Amino acid sequence: MIKLLRSFNKKDYFLILICFILIIFQVFLELKMPDYMSEITKLVQTDGASMNDILTQGAYMLLCAFGSLVSAIIVGYFVSNIAATFSMNTRKKLFNKVESLGMEEIKRFRTSSLITRTTNDITQVQMFIAMGLQLLIKSPITAVWAVTKILNKNIDWSILTAIAVIVLLATIIILMLIVMPRFKIVQKLIDNINDVTRENLNGIRVVRAFNAEEYQENKFESVNTKLTSMQLFNQRAFCVLQPIMYLVMYFLTLAIYFIGAILIKDALMIDKITLFGDMIVFSSYAMQVIMSFLMLAMIFMMLPRANVSAKRINEVLDTKLSIIDGNLTKGIDNIKGEVEFKNVSFKYPDAEEYLLQNISFKASKGETVAFIGSTGSGKSTLINLIPRFYDVTDGEILVDGVNVKEYKEEVLHNKIGYVSQKAVMFNGTVESNIKYGENGKEITDEKMKEAIEVAQAEEFVLKMDKQYDSHIAQGGSNISGGQKQRLSIARAIARDPEIYIFDDSFSALDYKTDATLRKKLKKYTKDATILIVAQRIGTIMNADKIIVLDNGICVGMGTHKELLQNCEVYKEIALSQLSKEELENE
Amino acid sequence: MSNGKANSRRGSMHGPNFEKPKDFKKSLKKLFKNLKVFKIFIFIALILAISSSILSLIAPNKLSDLTDEISEGITVNSKNIEILTNDIKKEISSEEYSERINKILDIKFNEVNIYEMSSDNIQIFNETLFKIKNDEKNTLKYISDLPNEILNQIIKDSIYDGKTIKQEDKITFISSLANNDFNNIPDNIKDILLNDTIIDNIKITSKDKIEYMSILKNVNKDADINTVYGKIDKLPNNIKKVIEPSINMNNIKAIAKFLVILYICSALFNFIQSILMTNVANKFAKKLRSRISIKINKLPLRYFDNNLSGDILSRVTNDVDTIAQSMNQSLATLVSSITLFVGSIIMMFYTNWIMAVTAILSSLIGFIFMFKVLSKSQKYFTARQVELGKLNGHIEEIYSGLNVVKAYNGKKEADKTFDELNKNVYECNRKSQFLSGLMQPMMGFIGNFGYVAVCIVGALLVSNDVITFGIIVAFITYIRLFTNPLSQIAQAMTSLQSTAAASERVFEFLEEKEMEEEQKNKYLNPEDVKGDVEFSHVKFGYNEDIIIKDFTANIKRGEKVAIVGPTGAGKTTMVNLLMKFYNINEGSIKIDGISINDLTRENIHSLFTMVLQDTWVFNGTVKENIIYNNKNISDEEIIKVCKEVGVHHFIKTLPNGYNSIITDGDSISSGQKQLLTIVRGMLDKAPLLILDEATSNVDTRTEELVSKAMDKLTEGRTSFIIAHRLSTIKNADLILVMKDGNIIEQGNHEKLIKENGFYAELYNSQFQK
Repeated sequence: MIKLLRSFNKKDYFLILICFILIIFQVFLELKMPDYMSEITKLVQTDGASMNDILTQGAYMLLCAFGSLVSAIIVGYFVSNIAATFSMNTRKKLFNKVESLGMEEIKRFRTSSLITRTTNDITQVQMFIAMGLQLLIKSPITAVWAVTKILNKNIDWSILTAIAVIVLLATIIILMLIVMPRFKIVQKLIDNINDVTRENLNGIRVVRAFNAEEYQENKFESVNTKLTSMQLFNQRAFCVLQPIMYLVMYFLTLAIYFIGAILIKDALMIDKITLFGDMIVFSSYAMQVIMSFLMLAMIFMMLPRANVSAKRINEVLDTKLSIIDGNLTKGIDNIKGEVEFKNVSFKYPDAEEYLLQNISFKASKGETVAFIGSTGSGKSTLINLIPRFYDVTDGEILVDGVNVKEYKEEVLHNKIGYVSQKAVMFNGTVESNIKYGENGKEITDEKMKEAIEVAQAEEFVLKMDKQYDSHIAQGGSNISGGQKQRLSIARAIARDPEIYIFDDSFSALDYKTDATLRKKLKKYTKDATILIVAQRIGTIMNADKIIVLDNGICVGMGTHKELLQNCEVYKEIALSQLSKEELENE
Repeated sequence: MSNGKANSRRGSMHGPNFEKPKDFKKSLKKLFKNLKVFKIFIFIALILAISSSILSLIAPNKLSDLTDEISEGITVNSKNIEILTNDIKKEISSEEYSERINKILDIKFNEVNIYEMSSDNIQIFNETLFKIKNDEKNTLKYISDLPNEILNQIIKDSIYDGKTIKQEDKITFISSLANNDFNNIPDNIKDILLNDTIIDNIKITSKDKIEYMSILKNVNKDADINTVYGKIDKLPNNIKKVIEPSINMNNIKAIAKFLVILYICSALFNFIQSILMTNVANKFAKKLRSRISIKINKLPLRYFDNNLSGDILSRVTNDVDTIAQSMNQSLATLVSSITLFVGSIIMMFYTNWIMAVTAILSSLIGFIFMFKVLSKSQKYFTARQVELGKLNGHIEEIYSGLNVVKAYNGKKEADKTFDELNKNVYECNRKSQFLSGLMQPMMGFIGNFGYVAVCIVGALLVSNDVITFGIIVAFITYIRLFTNPLSQIAQAMTSLQSTAAASERVFEFLEEKEMEEEQKNKYLNPEDVKGDVEFSHVKFGYNEDIIIKDFTANIKRGEKVAIVGPTGAGKTTMVNLLMKFYNINEGSIKIDGISINDLTRENIHSLFTMVLQDTWVFNGTVKENIIYNNKNISDEEIIKVCKEVGVHHFIKTLPNGYNSIITDGDSISSGQKQLLTIVRGMLDKAPLLILDEATSNVDTRTEELVSKAMDKLTEGRTSFIIAHRLSTIKNADLILVMKDGNIIEQGNHEKLIKENGFYAELYNSQFQK
């Protein structure tokens, strides 16, 4: 938490300082008020006190109240500014950091967790700053100041107040100790309830096909009962808090009055009036003391939650970047579209096993190189090493004759047309999605249309209500998986890259579209190098070079025909997809 | 992710939630109607809340009584002072008094022996006699001025009232009287100088009176109250007893006892009330959740096509939670706040109407101002919610597509949008927070303003003896009781509004049209069904668009039907119709000659084994996942089937074997999940089979296992297979070719290839160069 707050700059500190001073002023005024109150009380008590005196005291008190209001408004203004600025800056910092993270780190954090860190966690901390900052400064000052004001007044009353504070704090602490661990359980049970419901919703067809409605309902009911009883326990425990709080406060006032009565009774006449005034003042200061202790307790209840969020934010901010940008702006002059792997190995930093081991190959300009292998064989990882989503552990990757680590990332990415496994669409239009990003040159409308046509997307884009201007919802939720994939392919084509990378990007297309698309693409991108990861033999059969991966090791390299002859793994894959006759027909 | 979206839409946001219901009244009415079961508890709770509020209204009155009692302890008994003062005054000015002085002094001018005096003294004596003659009032003064020689002659020891009064005492007495210095009067004279008076049954002796006079002699009317009170301490005890303020400890004890009981009762009511409401809220929430869960299984599948599961999820958790929370807090708060508010107004007017008007007017001005601010901040909160939603959407989009953002150098673009949205959120954040932060200090100010106003008007009234001081104290509390509930009412109203919105969504879901109840008289016993399926002239559409027009086919027992077509061609439609997830528009589907319209859905489902592509496992053990809701399946049977499918070895490698917990996450691969669902299907020994064989994300070796398992599954059963493997398709007895939701071709492989239609094209595309 404190670490995060270090991001405050000089201006913030200055504002906090002003707030600090203003809050002291405010506390001063607020604590001054009971004095005037008692003065007014005294005056009202006295027969024949002049109305003018009361008015003056009243005016002073109102002045105090107004001053404290004004200062509270100013403090509120500053604090809301500080909190909002803080959240804006931290969010920006976090966003930038996440943008520069490598895929490996992102995988480690999980995307969904990064999202909550950037949104909810920051809001959490901001709320804490907005509320906590004021309270944190104000309540200790009020408590201490109020205590000093009443400390010398009367020992009996002081002891009473101390007891009240202790009772209250003890109640809160005991309550927290009982409830806090159960809060975590409640959170978990809520997750469970979500899980069971989601399970039922996702598997609704299965549930019905198995006539398992009752089974699901029973399952839900058992979680539901657990959740309800746990929540009931917690909330019942909290029911105690409010009555106890009120009792303590009321009893304190009553006790102060009662003891006051005895004291006044036994006092000399000369002390009586002072005692009476003191009694009224004391009871109001005692309330202030109790209130400020309650506030402090509240901060400490809020703190753990904000702290967890702060920790989560810091975790991301403190992550060391594993991928450091190079500074080369271009490759070797007369080499274009060349990708070479030299003894490349890769493993995750903490992993024991290599994901890829000793991979070497070269893809020259205009060649198509395909990668195939079972899930987990490392083909996707391999292809993601080229745009430096991960960095190799050993060996090197050359693009246009230069190690990818030496390129400025932007330059490297401009050479590449990358199509991800999961088609990514952004909120916007078809056009904004196709023309997405920067690659040093502008993508013309003609280019865009051409790309869409090559990607076999024209047919459905033209059918959409505004064609190229049609709206694409966030995540492309308003178009189908196959359509998304085709548009993301078009996006790569529109950039005219030297190197295409297709990371299993044809899976959602049916065989026919797949085949047509590849044919058109080949024709359109004569000179470009194409790297394809695929599951289907049909997709890659015609590649110039097929690399067969098994558990991160290259177990075969060659054309379809060659591999059928000499690579067991490839043959196995091929057989599972095509019948023998069909393969032999080739 | 869908859940995340639902969360970011609302719920997880902080700060007040200003969601507006479509129809506030109707939603609340519905909510209360559903609360009927709990109405006794709610009624009791609300009564308790009201009683507790009323008690806290009485408390300040009693507290003011207490203050009054205590303040009795600091005001002197002015009546007695007056009585005493008047008594003394009267006595001093009376004839009796001067006669008594004369008698005490017993001055004998005629006994002066002139010859024993010096000539000076004679002259002085004569002058004095002359003065006395002219100015009888000051006789004593003139006498006291006489030289001792003369005094000794005219004043002698004498006896007054049986007591001897010495000469020197008399002389001191004279000089004291002359100098108005009562303190110096000799004690024996003090005792006899004045009459005793009895005030409040206490005898005030002459000496007491004289001391009283001597102490208060120099105090004038405008003297500082402290000086006066200081003097009082020096008074003789008997007088102190009469005029000193007295605290009636018995009264105070009685009031304190009453207050203690009152506070405890109020706290107890409050406690019982909140326990009751907590119970009701949680039990109601539980009931709502159960109802939603049951409802899910009663809705037609059509509903789920049009509604996101994230939305339904958020109804189960967020919405129900909102309702429970506001039931728990807002309802009682609202009732007790209103009671307090109305009650404090009544009490104020009952106590004193001028003060009441003062209190209400002085806070009203503040409140009008505050509500203006509040409504403005509400605007910014709504705006903030919207902006935050946009920003979160953007963040989600960029983070989940980060590799594309990077590969396309889209960072600048993303940053630009981010900065813009971030800035908007900042503005709304700043403003909404500032304005909502104003609430508390303003409340404080209004309270203080009211305090001063009440005090001033109160003081004015006190000085005119219209009210007592205690009433001011009571009003000081009233003004707090009066101002607090107003803001609480405002808060409760907003929370009620979001409750209404939440309950609107929950009840909207609960009132969604269910599948019609079935009362069918026909029943097919799964064990006796042969498995003939007949489609005749089936017509179907998800909406007005009929996508399956006139489909007829006859499938004999044990035959395989392959359903093929590109992605999104509507292959699952066939599943939906067979399982009666959807009702066909026209025509009929018959199983063993009985129309499925005459069978219950439950019966139909028991006839089919279904293994779908989206492998569905849930959090639970492997065994639970396999058995699911089948009953009477022995462990041996499970192991046998698992061995057959080839998944036994894998399960054994898990840490706890068949009792290992698996999740829908990534604890096991999708291929293994698929195998588990196949095992589940095989244990469900229904005569008909629906199978989706897509294995796109399964590695080759697992795929082979899966294929074998699937072949085993189809043995001897009438099967409908959403086919992806050519071997399945070629061996199928009937191929249904689907496109755009429609069955466009049907027949076996050879027939379709010969027709050279869409199927042939699809088939050949696999081998294109």
